[in-house]
Amino acid sequence: MITADNRDAGAISSKRYVWLSAVPVLLVAGAWAVATYGGFVGPFFLPTPSAVIVSAIQLFRSHGYVNDIVASLARVLVAFGLCAATAVPLGLLMGRSPIITAVLSPFVVVMRYVPISAFIPLLILWAGIGTFQKVLFLWLGTFFYLLALVADATASVAPELIDTAATLGATRPQVLVRVIFPAALPAILDALRVMMGVGWTYLVLAEIVAAESGIGYMIMESQRFLKTPRVFVGILTVGAIGLGLDFLLRSTRDLLLPWART
Amino acid sequence: MTPLLALDRIVKIYGTPQSFVAALDDLSYGVAENSFVSLVGPSGCGKTTILRIVAGLTFPTSGLALLRGDPIRGPGADRGMVFQSYTSFPWLTVKANIEFGPAVRGAARSTRDVAARDLIELTGLSGFENAYPHTLSGGMKQRVALARTLANDPAILIMDEPFGSLDQQTRWTMQELLLTIWDRSQKTVLFVTHDIEEALFLSDVVLVLTARPGRIKREIPVHFPRPRCPELKATPEFVALKAAVIGLIREELSTPSPSQHVPHA
Repeated sequence: MITADNRDAGAISSKRYVWLSAVPVLLVAGAWAVATYGGFVGPFFLPTPSAVIVSAIQLFRSHGYVNDIVASLARVLVAFGLCAATAVPLGLLMGRSPIITAVLSPFVVVMRYVPISAFIPLLILWAGIGTFQKVLFLWLGTFFYLLALVADATASVAPELIDTAATLGATRPQVLVRVIFPAALPAILDALRVMMGVGWTYLVLAEIVAAESGIGYMIMESQRFLKTPRVFVGILTVGAIGLGLDFLLRSTRDLLLPWART
Repeated sequence: MTPLLALDRIVKIYGTPQSFVAALDDLSYGVAENSFVSLVGPSGCGKTTILRIVAGLTFPTSGLALLRGDPIRGPGADRGMVFQSYTSFPWLTVKANIEFGPAVRGAARSTRDVAARDLIELTGLSGFENAYPHTLSGGMKQRVALARTLANDPAILIMDEPFGSLDQQTRWTMQELLLTIWDRSQKTVLFVTHDIEEALFLSDVVLVLTARPGRIKREIPVHFPRPRCPELKATPEFVALKAAVIGLIREELSTPSPSQHVPHA
């Protein structure tokens, strides 16, 4: 019997890919189960899987955990939206204009090297510990990175496409909107996906330091009262939401840009 | 009769005052309306620079390029350009690519649609209207580029080795397609190619340029009757002319520049 073989050198089949992804996950879960149920590690340090599940059910049922998740999600999404709305247009201009690059570069470079956590005390002073402070912090933490990524994506649009558009009669603003933006869009969407991940990291950080709600707040409170299973629930929640958002953004990209499917 | 396109003592120097390269040196030529003019010459002789000056994508260091007597001040829809690299906009369908020029210039949707359908028919893209460029072969992409340029109905068609990336068979097909379109539309064409046979097969006039800095070495009128068919390329007259042009270019390759052949001290 002849079967099709579409593999290129170095490629693996999708079945094999799933296996290669699943096995390490199962191994880690197995090691966790052995270490905890076998009594090798104390429950304060590492709770059993079942304790984590029970704790998760409790959190949702009687501690309003949904509200924490919604609070965190809202903060991330609002900050993400603001970051995209500001960094994408400015990045487009920066990628095309040496003048704008010269003006913004000092800030971009410095902000990429200053650890964003250094701003937390300052932002608490300025904006308290509420949602506004979280959004401000997330925006500050992601804006300059995204700006640099968008500018790079914009600067690397093939010059032939820009020349072609110009010879077809497009004005400079038309070239920017109708050619440079769509040409850079796949890379911009990839950058947004990376930023979403960074945003979650910063959010949990900000909520751990000072907050009155949110997943990070729950994690911090649980640690304070030695409810280690809840800490695990928090970490797993962030991971699961991250996985979901990443899938959503990737699907959006494929749906929006059928010509740039990877 | 004044030419459609006049190149008047064009000089183009690239680089900085410390380190510069003269690409074109005092080049003058008039391209008559409805003629098909090809530029051939050794690599780096400034052929593409001439096209980019006419397209308005770069400017002469001195001298003037005039279209219908008006100096060229930048890119415009009256001068359409087809590039060697594939420049179809990947996010647009074939039809939307072809409508790009009329769309940015504010043509009504219905006008655009009719024109695009005609061009799709003319360039043999029927059935691919809604395809995205990444699904097309190189030859099909260049058909899109040609149709997209023609959609603006430019006064002059500037073509920079448009078939240079295509395989030989596709190249032949595209040459015939271009001749068919040219016969029908009688557009003025300024064409750059490395392929002498291609230049002679397509053109009314072949301009042989010198090695850098580029000047016109010889203007060769090509009088083969039209419409031309591929068999022309095998005729003794064609072969002889081709040999003559190749000879002219070879002279440029072997001309020693002053810096060469300096004996070692």
